[in-house]
Amino acid sequence: MEYKVAYRMPESLSKKQFSYCPGCHHGIVHRLIAEVIDELGIREKTIIVAPVGCSVFAYEFFELDGTVAAHGRALAVATGMKRARPDLVVFTYQGDGDLAAIGTAETIHAANRGERVTTIFINNAIYGMTGGQMAPTTLLGMKTTTSPHGRSPEREGYPIHVCEVLKELRGVAYLARTKVNTPKDVINTKKHIKKAFLAQLKDIGFGLVEVLSTCPTNWGMDPLKAGRWIDEYMVKEYPLGVFVDKVGEEK
Amino acid sequence: MKKAYIEIDEERCKGCGLCISVCPQKIIRFSERFNSKGYHPAEQNDPEGKCNGCGFCYMMCPDVCITVYRLTPVRGETQ
Amino acid sequence: MKKIMMKGTEAIGEAAIMAGCRNFFGYPITPQNELTEYMARRLPEVGGCFLQAESEVAAVNMIYGAASVGKRAMTSTSSPGFSLMQEGISYIACAQLPAVFVNIVRGGPGLGDIQPSQGDYFQATKGGGHGDYRLIVLAPSTVQEAVTLTELAFELADKYRNPALVLADGLLGQMMEPVEIEEKQVSYDNSSWALTGAKDRPPRKVTSFNIDPYELEKMNLKLQEKYRKMEQEEPRWEEFQTEDADVLLVAYGTVGRICKSVVRMAREAGLKVGLFRPITLYPYPYKPLEELAKHVSLILTVEMSSGQMLEDVKLAALRLTRIEFYGRMAGVVPTPGEIFDHLMHLIGRR
Repeated sequence: MEYKVAYRMPESLSKKQFSYCPGCHHGIVHRLIAEVIDELGIREKTIIVAPVGCSVFAYEFFELDGTVAAHGRALAVATGMKRARPDLVVFTYQGDGDLAAIGTAETIHAANRGERVTTIFINNAIYGMTGGQMAPTTLLGMKTTTSPHGRSPEREGYPIHVCEVLKELRGVAYLARTKVNTPKDVINTKKHIKKAFLAQLKDIGFGLVEVLSTCPTNWGMDPLKAGRWIDEYMVKEYPLGVFVDKVGEEK
Repeated sequence: MKKAYIEIDEERCKGCGLCISVCPQKIIRFSERFNSKGYHPAEQNDPEGKCNGCGFCYMMCPDVCITVYRLTPVRGETQ
Repeated sequence: MKKIMMKGTEAIGEAAIMAGCRNFFGYPITPQNELTEYMARRLPEVGGCFLQAESEVAAVNMIYGAASVGKRAMTSTSSPGFSLMQEGISYIACAQLPAVFVNIVRGGPGLGDIQPSQGDYFQATKGGGHGDYRLIVLAPSTVQEAVTLTELAFELADKYRNPALVLADGLLGQMMEPVEIEEKQVSYDNSSWALTGAKDRPPRKVTSFNIDPYELEKMNLKLQEKYRKMEQEEPRWEEFQTEDADVLLVAYGTVGRICKSVVRMAREAGLKVGLFRPITLYPYPYKPLEELAKHVSLILTVEMSSGQMLEDVKLAALRLTRIEFYGRMAGVVPTPGEIFDHLMHLIGRR
């Protein structure tokens, strides 16, 4: 008998320390993406397009070629890369402000064209990097620095449901909403991320996974409470599930 | 011989406590030490050898600090 | 090589293809649609990619993407669309990516009109977007020159890893002239920076970003070093009947062409008038203009704007000679006659 590694940092991570706050779910999702890239054996041809926001440094955390797009433009950059070099695997990593506010047009049109790229969308209902302002996905009643009295539908409109909007677009090949606040959810999310990459690798269409994530710092909660808050509030507004699956079962 | 154990990269750890909260055996705790960032890192405390290498701590760790080792038969051995 | 009749916009498109460009991302806007349509038709024939973006904002970022994976890429637009692209161009400049832009300038500001203008000179030559960067700006005055300068734009963009702009207007875009288009593919080596996948080498990053001001300043200094080199090596201009000139017209692009007629009219009237026509608007040919300024008694700058290039003329020639300006704005194209009349008025012959 001997001790063998059962779990360790995936090779597609660069080993640089993450710049995220303690307990922030970005790191979990980074690791899952890296594990999927390792398992698919695509590290040497995968390019990451990082966004503007807390994960602006994401390109530093992966052992991949990468870039940072202008705020909201990750899917336009990814489109240019993939159209010019269809043999590469291209994914964007975007937050809710980037993908669902300033980048709404790019998101919808890349999805609608069925761009062969993959998007991992972190929805934590707030702008983290800039200090806790209201996001397009901020929940009703939720207090942020720019909705200090709580988001009201009359004043700020309703939380935008990205998956529900995108699911109508025929270019979408895989679309799911998930969370990572329990080990079971983490395992599940990895499967979704893998399928979103397979949608690209099998040349079927656009793949996106929305991950409901915590922002303990700007939510003003400790990491454990923030994890519970996902179940108590976020999931009620944003139901989990698979919205589009043209990838089918993995063999 | 323990069935499994974990190693925690204490310098990488930010002391968020997510690994502690999901450990089914309740054998991870905050260290009394500080790391260079000023956090109390997580540490395994498993004198009874309860760790079975389930990997929950690894899965929940947002800073990828944890490596999980399991006792595994080598080639030709039976358990 | 056989000459063929081509529209300015289409000739630019064909020249881009001959220069090895296989990726075009654009958005419809008048008066440049013929170029976008030409690329939609032609690029698939040569195995290239044409994509109509959802906006100019998306188009410029698609170019960023295609350029960052090491492929020649371009777009074409007109003034309001070019304004929308400024953010992306700033990123492309800082990330040191080669890319080619065509701005068929129209009357502004705002929605303006769709007639020929030179009102985007400041935007083109002084930055346009945020931060300390420059565009290589080339201003053709004939369809044939639009071809050569489009090919040159790709060459310089690759050489300096910097965005290059062909600045023209609807007059040149719509005009048909006989042209020769030669294949002019200059190979360039992007193996040290293009994002091709981290195979057998450490990962590579293409960014316009550094959170450390001292590091970002180093990136800026590298850019400035490039710009100084361009300023030394790349200024291009045309001189027309300047050898004995006492009066110098300074004009670029379409107005440069119009001013050639003015020179001919003036010469017929027995006046020693010449033309200085900048071809590169950045880097601007300050030195040769300064030299000429020493030998003339009057410089008349003519533009289809309120006098934007005039500032560069003054940088070159202020206090060396008398500098005057004549301009039309908003899409009004000055006739040779009205420029000639203004010139006569200035020299007291009317």
